[in-house]
Amino acid sequence: MNESKSIPVSSSASSGKMLQAMVGIGVLCALLIVLTYEGTFDRIEQNKAVALEQAIFKVLPGITQTEAYQFNENNAFSLLDSENTDREIIYAGFDSNDQLVGVAITTSGQGYADILRILYGYDIEKEAIIGIHVLESKETPGLGDKIEKDANFLENFKALDVSLNENKSELNNTVVTVKNGTKQNPWEVDGITGATISSRAIGDMLGLSTKRWVPLVFKNKDSFKIQKVEE
Amino acid sequence: MADNNKRNAGFLGSIATAPSTDEFIKGLWRDNPVFVQVLGMCPVLAVSNTAENALAMGLATTFVLLMSNILVSSLRNFIPKQVRIASYILIIATFVTIIDYVIQAISIELHKSLGAFISLIVVNCLILSRAEAFASKNTIGKSILDALGMGVGFTFALFCLGAVRELLGNGSLFDYSLFPANFQNWIVMILPAGGFFTLAIWLLLFNSMKKKE
Repeated sequence: MNESKSIPVSSSASSGKMLQAMVGIGVLCALLIVLTYEGTFDRIEQNKAVALEQAIFKVLPGITQTEAYQFNENNAFSLLDSENTDREIIYAGFDSNDQLVGVAITTSGQGYADILRILYGYDIEKEAIIGIHVLESKETPGLGDKIEKDANFLENFKALDVSLNENKSELNNTVVTVKNGTKQNPWEVDGITGATISSRAIGDMLGLSTKRWVPLVFKNKDSFKIQKVEE
Repeated sequence: MADNNKRNAGFLGSIATAPSTDEFIKGLWRDNPVFVQVLGMCPVLAVSNTAENALAMGLATTFVLLMSNILVSSLRNFIPKQVRIASYILIIATFVTIIDYVIQAISIELHKSLGAFISLIVVNCLILSRAEAFASKNTIGKSILDALGMGVGFTFALFCLGAVRELLGNGSLFDYSLFPANFQNWIVMILPAGGFFTLAIWLLLFNSMKKKE
């Protein structure tokens, strides 16, 4: 008698209680996440800014100072006037004589595991990419992450040709990744065996990005000037 | 006999009301999550390619394990049985998101090297199994000790794998070169296959040690 009474009681909690528990835990979890996000936001942004600045100095060897420029609707560049802009930003690097060395541009694309975000340095005088740095990557450790570590692969980006045609309106050749060991031209990227998709993604990203930005930057190269504060 | 005593101490420890150090010790040795229970193999095999990655992943997992055990244990009388798994997953996912932000705030470089594996802590069966098998039935004090023991045991096991793999696969430990320049790196040790080899050898060693005891 007792048993038959106890079965329905012990077998189910009321729907209200279940809902209460789930909603309660959901609210608590949401609160914890939002608090952590708010608490770490400034620090993470600061870390990202430091990492980006270090990366700019890495991809444009020889520079001593850098300025951020925004790309405006009239196809021209101007000094970044507000941090909270939704405009695209590129970074100009200057040497100790205040001469423009080149610009650093960020680009992203689909890698093997997730979206890859990289920064590359374009030397206007040499008309070449002179360095790359991977900003965000979730590529497989030991395989795909060779795009950041493999010395032979990084050698590709010491002088990767992105020269413009006579009218300076478009690139002579599009950057492309070729099979490991078959690189013959200065605009080709020698791929990595065992990281085929990741290394091809880098080539494709650079190909697309340089096609768009290099003619624009070259045309507007006089707008990148170090701003001196008059005293 | 000594073995029997130890087992009894463990049994009594788990039913006694006061938390006992046995809850902590069992995760380190007798019920080590990797070497005995063989749980959470995805990060064990994937992120143990260097000692630093192994240690960071172990500590991140320990944090999630500890916090989820505390919360599950304190809410154990409030969560109905029917929605417990969904609740545990929600709690675990929350702490994984938190540790993800915290690691980014500490170092972007470290976050980059752990990559996708931080998010994968959500589906680490070690954490869910401790919530379900232990924290949901025990007091907060015991659950904390259990989480710390299991977490340290997991970190220790990951470090054992990471150190061997980095040493043989890269010739270094914590990025310090330890072998002469002419040492030929065993590339296979950094690749997934190396994870399986190293795990098998550690399991063999661990089991033979336990047998001798």
